[in-house]
Amino acid sequence: MADFTQNRSIFIRIFFVAIPVVIILRLLFLQVFDVGGYKEAAINQALYVKKIYPPRGIVYDRDSVVIMNNVVVYDLVVDPRKVRAKFDTTYLCKLLNMPVDEFDKQFKRLINKYGWQTKNLHLFKNLTPSQVAALQENLYEFEGVELIEHSERKFTYDCGGSIMGYINEISDKQLKDEKYAYYEKGDYLGINGLEKYYEEELRGNPGVQYLLRDVKQRIQGPYKNGTMDSSAVPGASLQLYLDAELQKLTESMLANKLGSAVAIDPKTGGILAYANGPTYDPNLLTGADKGKNLVKLNNDATKPMLNRAIQGLYPPGSTFKPLTALVALDEGVITPGYGYACGGGYYGCGRRVGCTHRGGGHAANLGLAVANSCNSYFCHIFRLSIDAPKYGNVHKGLQQWHRYMNDFGLGHPIGIDIPNEKGGNIPDSNYFNSVYNKNWNSCNMSIIGMGQGEVLLTPLQMANSVCIIANKGYYYIPHFVKAVNGDSNHVKLQKYHQKHQVANIADSAYWYVAAGMEAVVRAGTGKIARIPDITVCGKTGTAQNERIIGGKLIKLQNHSMFVAFAPMQDPKIAVAVCIENSGYGATWAGPIASLMIEQYLKDSIVKRKPLVKKMQDAKIIPNYTYILDSIEKRMALEKDMMKNMSKDSVLRLTRIKDSMRRETENAMMAYYFEHKYGIKLKRTR
Amino acid sequence: MSYHKTSLADRIDWLLIIMYLALTIIGVLCIYSVEHRDTDIGFFIKNKNYVQQFIWFSISIVVGFVIIMMDSKFITTIPFLSYVVGFFFLLLTLTPLGKAVKGSSSFLNLGFFTFQPGETMKLFTALSIAKFLTLQEVNFQTLKHRLMCAGIALVPLVYIMLFQNETGLALVYLSFFIAMYREGLPREIIIVGFSVLILTLATLLINKNILFVLFTVLAILFLYTQRKQLRKRREILILVGAVWFIAVLFSQVLVPFAFKKVLKGYQVQRIYTMLGQEVPDEYTREGVDNKKQNAADYNVSQSKIAIASGGFIGKGFLNGAQTQYNWVPEQRTDFIFCTVGEQFGFLGSSILILIYMSFLLRIVKVAERQRSAFSRIYAYCVAGILFFHLVINVGMTIGLAPVIGIPLPLLSYGGTSLLTFTIMIFILIRLDMDRQMVLR
Repeated sequence: MADFTQNRSIFIRIFFVAIPVVIILRLLFLQVFDVGGYKEAAINQALYVKKIYPPRGIVYDRDSVVIMNNVVVYDLVVDPRKVRAKFDTTYLCKLLNMPVDEFDKQFKRLINKYGWQTKNLHLFKNLTPSQVAALQENLYEFEGVELIEHSERKFTYDCGGSIMGYINEISDKQLKDEKYAYYEKGDYLGINGLEKYYEEELRGNPGVQYLLRDVKQRIQGPYKNGTMDSSAVPGASLQLYLDAELQKLTESMLANKLGSAVAIDPKTGGILAYANGPTYDPNLLTGADKGKNLVKLNNDATKPMLNRAIQGLYPPGSTFKPLTALVALDEGVITPGYGYACGGGYYGCGRRVGCTHRGGGHAANLGLAVANSCNSYFCHIFRLSIDAPKYGNVHKGLQQWHRYMNDFGLGHPIGIDIPNEKGGNIPDSNYFNSVYNKNWNSCNMSIIGMGQGEVLLTPLQMANSVCIIANKGYYYIPHFVKAVNGDSNHVKLQKYHQKHQVANIADSAYWYVAAGMEAVVRAGTGKIARIPDITVCGKTGTAQNERIIGGKLIKLQNHSMFVAFAPMQDPKIAVAVCIENSGYGATWAGPIASLMIEQYLKDSIVKRKPLVKKMQDAKIIPNYTYILDSIEKRMALEKDMMKNMSKDSVLRLTRIKDSMRRETENAMMAYYFEHKYGIKLKRTR
Repeated sequence: MSYHKTSLADRIDWLLIIMYLALTIIGVLCIYSVEHRDTDIGFFIKNKNYVQQFIWFSISIVVGFVIIMMDSKFITTIPFLSYVVGFFFLLLTLTPLGKAVKGSSSFLNLGFFTFQPGETMKLFTALSIAKFLTLQEVNFQTLKHRLMCAGIALVPLVYIMLFQNETGLALVYLSFFIAMYREGLPREIIIVGFSVLILTLATLLINKNILFVLFTVLAILFLYTQRKQLRKRREILILVGAVWFIAVLFSQVLVPFAFKKVLKGYQVQRIYTMLGQEVPDEYTREGVDNKKQNAADYNVSQSKIAIASGGFIGKGFLNGAQTQYNWVPEQRTDFIFCTVGEQFGFLGSSILILIYMSFLLRIVKVAERQRSAFSRIYAYCVAGILFFHLVINVGMTIGLAPVIGIPLPLLSYGGTSLLTFTIMIFILIRLDMDRQMVLR
């Protein structure tokens, strides 16, 4: 062979070295410099970051009885793109024990809502234990299907629904909100009640588990032996002032009634019982049918989801009279011995204001006037207060009265530790200026003195004002939570430790009023509330209930009101009860308040069991509740429809509708009310 | 002669043996790392591929020992016969004995075991080329004998390409041109031959505009290197111009025309599938679903992810999340390099490449010390085959070469492949033991 081939050997060697060097260079870029970002892709596909949901905080009552804890439930979560590819739906449905139609329907519904690009579709929530058991064994056969574990609430005492509120999965709208940046899709959060107010404390800290998974999404074990994992920190527990037994009794007595009952420990502001009627089973809002039940409860004409104790605005009626008396005493316009000659009505402003008593001397002094609930007396002393000569004119007098009311915690939300509290209404001179064009005097509002007119209070405010009387001049903001995780000085509780001193009314004034209230129960309108061995101070109220419907002021059945505190010398409980459309205060609200006091102070009800039964069984929901509700809903619907119409057609429709409604609907309604309930419609002012 | 006095062990090239053992054991361990689960107890577990590979490894050692003990004269007598028998087995794959595995019909089912005649045929071809070129009557400087020699290599290539649908296996036969080049095949022929091949592949794989630029650059570069001859012989300019023109015509007009008008939609699809590529938009037709997810694309991206995730020092043995949990398809066979890349990182994979490189250079060194041309040519054939396998296989796992399934020598799972390479290397070692002899 010729020599030149020796040369070629060198070329071949160079070739054999050059190409591997190119490969090594490529590896350098790929592995060391990570050109192309493949490392991140590796983490994304093989690493599965599992969020470990902590159990939410447990809620205890005052005696450390658990009233709400958690149960572990599972959601079926699928990756829709994988389900589309190849998937044995029939088999999965067999394991789930449900028809394939139902699965397909639910799947399509969620796909329409979220689209194919969603990674985690919570297909079915809160699976039953048998479904979970069947699925867990065979889960590996379904690519893209996971069982996600989370904790769901359980009310162990079947009470306190309106206090606790409920939790739900975070909505898409909330997810876009910066306020909810902490949350991810699939997280649960408190929607209402304590669950919402103490969300940050109750939710705990989720843990993270880094797991490796294979190409079929099966978990193969921990990543880096779990050194990067963090464990979940359970939510903080809440200890309440609530007395579980009292709460249960209160809720049972409010069943099938519209209204509310609140009991507060005046010394601390801690809420002992808090119930709204109609009561509902709180466990309806936990578990699989939560969504369905929520819609049902929200659409119910009796509005069980309305937190009436803080959102229901009621004219306080005669329960307001002690406050009127306090102001009058403090202003110095009356003395405790001051009497008014009431002959069955108040004529001081021309038009008669009726009084239920006629007998002479029923308002011979403050005590008697309170005990007999004399309307004339309180209209009169209210006028005396705001017309007090030291203010010069009624405008200033009213403003002074307004300040007193503000001090009593009225006219603004007090600051309870559940959300959506309303403030009620305490009118001021600006209000009257706008209504009466600045031309008004104390006669225009004399009925405020007896708790009617423009004054609107929430039951919580009524209960709080009773606390003020019981405490002789101070209150703590009513609140549920005594301690967060055992810490009673938690930052969220600090505002509840502040003592609120009310005006500078003399103790003696409170004593006179309390004495009057004691007389109410001993010998006056509230005898039904008497409890042996306990001196109960109470005040009945029968609030006139008027509503403007379709341009007409309709007088509906009166609300039954009762406020009380006991024992008189060392008050331990203050109660306010309001039962809508049920007539006299002493008929329904009085007994309920009295039974609550007895339960709390004596730990049980011995002799009055039949009364408890009577309260529990009574159904006081007038039929017109449903009619009013359907009218409201229709009006809301029409309003909603009109939003989407052009201006012209809205105008035309409004005109037609107005004339039609005036003629027909109101006539029908007037007829209905008159014949069914004997309620006469009267013209609006 | 002097070598008779030295013992058998002294004449063995132990360096080759050591590197062979190193690569093979790395292979078994790589397959083990893919299949190992924390729950496994013991090493020998039924149905695990690494156990089978270990058994094949043991068989290979025995076979290697037998070859060492063999008379080297036997090796020089069998080439043409083995070539004919090997080709007979290739033909058998078309009969019912042939077994279709993953769309290719390159396997032969002999009842007791399955093997790939195309793999062993490489060995027979290498021997035959070595034998042919050392025949007394053959003069490699003549065109006739050059064509005959090329034919020995190209017949199996064409056959496997056409009837077995195994592009990778077929293209390996091109590696024999490295040996032929060493034996005096004119550079021009190699260049023209590879150009035609590359032209065809490039036209199919590369965007035609890029290709146009590439051709032009290459032509200018060629002219620049030949500028001295250019002064003497003007016709080179015309020749280069003509080649450039043909290449451009081929890629810009002929292929697009054929793919758009002559070939049917499914044929276009098949050609691209064979190359492991997706049909470009310009060649897609209505009614033919070309938008299926491309398996090869997925393989390569998963392979790159696995290798890149290894970083500089790797995740450590048995800690490969990507390779252990089946993210990379075919990771026991064609994509075995990923396991090294992920578990041992840049350091480990570079060392592996360097071992291969040393292996190749050692073979070339061994080749050049042979007295007999047969041994030298055979050694170059082996080096060529190993080189081609290494470059294409590693190249495709890191996205440098098209995905044409060929194994990584000695590492990939597969009995036929391991045994063939073993025999190939041990024959070389045996021939090298008689390097002072003239074998014909």
